[in-house]
Amino acid sequence: MIRVEDVWRTYRMGDHELHALRAIDEEIADGEHVAIMGPSGSGKSTLLNILGCLDSPTRGRYFLDGDDVAQLSDAALAEIRLRRIGFIFQSFHLIARLSALENVALPLVFGGVPPAERRTRAAAALEAVGLADRATHRPSELSGGQKQRVAIARATIMGPRLLLADEPTGNLDSRSGAQVLDVLASLHREGRTLVVVTHDPAVARRADRVIVLRDGAIAKRVAGADVTDLVRLFDFGNGPA
Amino acid sequence: MNPSDVVRLAARSLATNRRRSLLSLLGVVIGVVAVTSLTAIGEGALRYVDDQFASLGSSLVVIAPGRNETTGGMPMGVGGMPNDLTLDDARHLARRIPSVRHAIPIAASSGRIRHGGRNRQVPIIGTTAEFEGLQRLELATGSFLPPGDPSRGSAVVVLGQTVARELFDQANPLGETVRIGGWRMRVIGVLAERGTQLGLQVDETVFSPVATVMQLANKSSLTRVMLDLRPRADQRRVIEQVKSILIERHDEEDFTCISQDAVMSSLSSILRILTLSVAGIAAISLAVAGIGIMNVMLVAVSERTDEVGLMKAVGASRRQILALFLVESALLSVAGGAVGLALGTALVAFGRALYPAVELVTPTWAIGAVLGLSLATGLVFGVLPAWRAARLDPVESLRGR
Repeated sequence: MIRVEDVWRTYRMGDHELHALRAIDEEIADGEHVAIMGPSGSGKSTLLNILGCLDSPTRGRYFLDGDDVAQLSDAALAEIRLRRIGFIFQSFHLIARLSALENVALPLVFGGVPPAERRTRAAAALEAVGLADRATHRPSELSGGQKQRVAIARATIMGPRLLLADEPTGNLDSRSGAQVLDVLASLHREGRTLVVVTHDPAVARRADRVIVLRDGAIAKRVAGADVTDLVRLFDFGNGPA
Repeated sequence: MNPSDVVRLAARSLATNRRRSLLSLLGVVIGVVAVTSLTAIGEGALRYVDDQFASLGSSLVVIAPGRNETTGGMPMGVGGMPNDLTLDDARHLARRIPSVRHAIPIAASSGRIRHGGRNRQVPIIGTTAEFEGLQRLELATGSFLPPGDPSRGSAVVVLGQTVARELFDQANPLGETVRIGGWRMRVIGVLAERGTQLGLQVDETVFSPVATVMQLANKSSLTRVMLDLRPRADQRRVIEQVKSILIERHDEEDFTCISQDAVMSSLSSILRILTLSVAGIAAISLAVAGIGIMNVMLVAVSERTDEVGLMKAVGASRRQILALFLVESALLSVAGGAVGLALGTALVAFGRALYPAVELVTPTWAIGAVLGLSLATGLVFGVLPAWRAARLDPVESLRGR
C-alpha cells in the first residue's frame, strides 16, 4: 500500500527553483498495476524514484505500508529497498564483470545470505525468467531482452511486494519488449504491486490504470484500457504519436 | 554482508582493472622494499658492533683523566687542570678492587720512527705486557712487551705489521735498532696482521713500555687506564669503587669512567635511532604510495558511479558501499606490502650473500610495522574515495548512463 500526500520535489537551479513534482496526492493499493505516463521532464522518473526510496520529497509525506519514509535512517531505507522493493531500469544496470547468476545474486549478498543458498535461489530466479542456460554468461554476451530478464530476476530475488519499472522496454525491440512485459505481467498476477513508467501506450494499456503527469503535476487519471484515447488527447512531444 | 563476500567483490573489481591495480600498488612495493632493506642494514650494523665488542672477550672499564659530562667523548680539562692519572693510581686500582684482574696503563703519543734511510710517522702506545691478552694481539715474530714493574721502562719496541714492512721490507726486524726522537730502541717483536679494532689501527702502531713512552713524550699523565675485569664482574659496581679510590687520592672527581657496557649501549642506541630514522624516511614513501592508491580509487569511484547507484537501488546501505571500497584499497596496499616484503627479503638475502661479514637481517618489528603500515596506508587513503562512493546520490548515479 502506497500513499503519497502533497509531495513536492524541488531542485534549486542557481537562484530559481525547479519543481519536478508539484502537490502529488496518490494512493496505490496492494496488487495494483499502475502505469505513469507523461512527456519527458514531466516528473515520471522522479516520482518513481521517490516511491522506490531512492529519492525523498522536498515537501509532503510518503507512506509505504504505513511507514513514514522521511523518518527512516539510511540503513532502514536500504533495508526497504533490499526486501520490499524491486527496481527495473531502462538500461538494465547489470554489472559487466559479473555473470548473469552473480548479478541476480547481488541483493542476496547485501542481505547476508550464505553463498550456497545464494546460488540455488539465483539459479531458480533465472529459470523463472527463462534464462537457466545463461547463468554463466556475462551481460555483454546477452541480448537486450535477456539482460532485462536478468534484471527482473535480480529485482525479484528478495521477494519484494512492490516492483518499480522505469521504461522497462525503452531499449528493446518490440519482440523482446513483449517478452519482458509478459514476465512483468506474470509477476503482477502472482500478487505483486507493479508501477511502470512508460512513454509507450502499448505498455500502459496493460495497466489497471494510468496516471498522466504534466509539468510535475497529475494531469489525468484514466483506466488502462482508455490509453489509446489518451494519446490522441495529449501531445507527449516525444512519444510514439 | 559477509566479510568474505566483501573481500571477494573487492578483489573482482581490482582484477577487472589489472594493470591499473598493479601500477598503483607499485608505490607500496617500493616503500616496503626500502623499509625492509634499510632496517636490515641497520640491524646488520648493530650486530657487527656487538660482535666487535664480543671479540674483546673480557669486560672492560676505561678511565680517562679529566672530567667530562658526557660518556664516550674525549675528556677535556674544563674547570681547572685535572690531576694526572698516574701509574700509582693504576696500581692502587688493581690492588684494591677485587674484580679487577689487571689495571693496564696506556700512554698514547706519536712520533717519527726511523731505520736506515726510512722513516714513518706513527702512533706510539705505551703499555704493559697485559695489553697483549686484553686486545688478543698475535705476534708474527718475537714477543710482546716484557712483564715486570710498569714504572721501569726499557728501550724496546713491538712493531705493527705495516710499520715493520715499511721500515724493513722483507728483512727480519728482530734485534734491529730503530730510532724514535732521540731514542734508540731495540725491536723485540712484530705483530701479525690485524685490521682496525675499535678505532685502534694495530698494524700502523708501535708499542713500547708505558714508562718509556711517558719519558719519551715528556708526559706526566697516562692517557687511559684500562681495567681488565674478571668474568661476571659488575661493571657499575667497579666504577663506584674506582670513583671512591680515585677521589680519595685526587680529592676531586677529575677523571672519567667509561664502561664497555655503557659505550656499547650508547653505540647501540645511536645505531637504533639511525635505523629508525632511515626507516621513517622510507616509510614516507608509503604515504606517497597511499596518495597513488587514493587517486586510483577516486578514479574507480567515478568510473563505477552507476554501479554504486545500482547497488544502492538493490538494497546496499552506505556502510556496505563504504566497506566495499575501503576493502578494495586495503587489498591493494596489503598486496603491495606482501610483494614488497618478498622482494625486500630477497634483496636482503642477496646482500647477505654479497657481504657475509655484516649479518643483514630485517628485524621482526620492522616486518610487522611495515605490513601494519601498508594496511593502514590503504585504509587511511581509501577513506576519502570510499566515503565519496557511499555518499553518492543513487538517482544522480543511475542517470549517468
